Amino acid sequence: MSGVRVERLSVRLGQTQALADVDLEVRPGEVLGLLGPNGCGKSTLLRTMYGTQRPTTGSVHLDGLDVARSPRREVARRCAVLTQDHATDVELSVMDVVLLGRIPHPASQRSAAGDLRLAADALARTDALHLADRAFPTLSGGERQRVLLARALCQDPRVLLLDEPTNHLDVTHQLDLMRTVGSLGVTCVVALHDLSLAAAHCHRVALLDAGRLVAVGTPEEVLTPERVEATYRVACDLLTHPRTGRPLVALSPRVPSSPIAQEAP
Amino acid sequence: MVVALARRRRRGRLAVVGTAAVLGAVVLLSIGTGPVGVPPGTVARILAAHLLPGEHEATWTAAQDQIVWSFRLPRVLMAVLVGASLAVVGALLQAIVRNPLADPYVLGASSGAALGAVGALALGASVPGLLVSGSAFGGAAVAGVIVYVLASRGGRIESLRLVLAGVALSYLFSAATGWITATADHGRLPGLLFFLLGSISSATWEMLTLPAIALVLGLAYALRRASHLDAAMTGDETAASLGVDMTRLRVEVLVVTAAMTGAVVAVAGGIGFVGMVVPHVCRLLVGASHRVLLPFATVAGALLVVLVDTVARTAASPREIPLGVVTALVGAPFFLWLLRTRPVGAER
Repeated sequence: MSGVRVERLSVRLGQTQALADVDLEVRPGEVLGLLGPNGCGKSTLLRTMYGTQRPTTGSVHLDGLDVARSPRREVARRCAVLTQDHATDVELSVMDVVLLGRIPHPASQRSAAGDLRLAADALARTDALHLADRAFPTLSGGERQRVLLARALCQDPRVLLLDEPTNHLDVTHQLDLMRTVGSLGVTCVVALHDLSLAAAHCHRVALLDAGRLVAVGTPEEVLTPERVEATYRVACDLLTHPRTGRPLVALSPRVPSSPIAQEAP
Repeated sequence: MVVALARRRRRGRLAVVGTAAVLGAVVLLSIGTGPVGVPPGTVARILAAHLLPGEHEATWTAAQDQIVWSFRLPRVLMAVLVGASLAVVGALLQAIVRNPLADPYVLGASSGAALGAVGALALGASVPGLLVSGSAFGGAAVAGVIVYVLASRGGRIESLRLVLAGVALSYLFSAATGWITATADHGRLPGLLFFLLGSISSATWEMLTLPAIALVLGLAYALRRASHLDAAMTGDETAASLGVDMTRLRVEVLVVTAAMTGAVVAVAGGIGFVGMVVPHVCRLLVGASHRVLLPFATVAGALLVVLVDTVARTAASPREIPLGVVTALVGAPFFLWLLRTRPVGAER
């Protein structure tokens, strides 16, 4: 099992500094939550990890592999991604979608029967085996995410990257998905919007704001009311979940009126 | 679950083999249909006499032999090649731009190829010839590159922009073709008009070679890339995260489809709608997995064009309706239906 090492990473997209001097270590086996407001650089950071975005300066090493200097297939053998752009109307069966995960692996190490077995195993791990014969467009949002997670697992990755996987899911399916992600035993980096969800399911969280890494650590360490307020410009209190003991971020409807807080850095 | 997948794949293979059998029967019937009718049994025996070694007792007339072997068979085989090629081209383009409206006509490749061919003819090239085919390929390739450049923004292709750019470019190329036609020598007019309307009425054996080679190579390429095409349909980021180089895939597909379109247009002119309608209908019938879709679309495209060509040469007999006119008559209503039922540009 292996992690991700991000060193002095900066990315410029046109006129915007999407990421500025980010240093981050994702430890083997941990689930790391990536937090921050819209446009803070979460997706860009993930994209540099799987190689569709080149760093302007700095580097990303994934499982010891320098991502920007490696062929895409090499990266794809080590890391699987749940992107936000997956088409929903592709007339493929669920099994066909999961089998896409075998694409990066060399033909010499594959067989039709072996691929099918891996795909079935992956579907079983995300509790979606009963969907195998369905057409992908007929799935509900929750089913779709579980199938896409199975496709990612079918890729046999050392690192799993998830870009807002709980979007468009109801609370049941959000919890369900995060529990599944936590049970996989694979190094995971998850971009999330829901702070309490992240606090409940991630070993550590990293908070980004305007392309800079503000803090990284356990949810209790990172999600202090001061930091959340400064980053999201929303007042909040940090509570403790009465049953799980995990941190709970209670956002206040009051918008802070301080001009300093409103001015973006 | 795995059993169900195996069953579905078998069903896909069965659909391909079954449709191929129907195609064979329709080819025999089509060869026998025309001003001089030849019974299918006789057609089969004449073909056997030419194709199989050994002595064959001639139970048919020399005229029948000539009609079947020299006139109708090359024409029907041309219909097979044209239909199959356009269907494969359409399937490839629809996969890489994720838009069911994509086809060689809509993306400007056909009109680019027609302009290339007409330009070569006006400058004195003869049909069929490598020069015309080469110019047609060049025209299709240039059209592909221009449309690609116009439609990409920051390395991403926007599908609606792609279709709009293709349509506009089609008009431009057609206008240039019209200009050349209007100012050409009267002696060259019939040959030029042929490219505008699309026809396979003058098909000969020699004309079959290039499109056949292009089809075999193009289909082989497409099948090799079947799983990458599947991935491409799911979105650029997803495909890239699976290790598929989308830019390379798009360039390869544009080159392959330009070659296939050029080969077809050089001998048959611009025939619209086949490339759009056939892959779309096939996807509804056997699913979008390219390992099944591509062979099925190949056979189904051939079947459609053989049928349409049979109608084209018998419906208004003794006159012939150009093939492109009939495909448009069938295809345009379908195109409109597609527009009504699917939001344009909603490729997600």
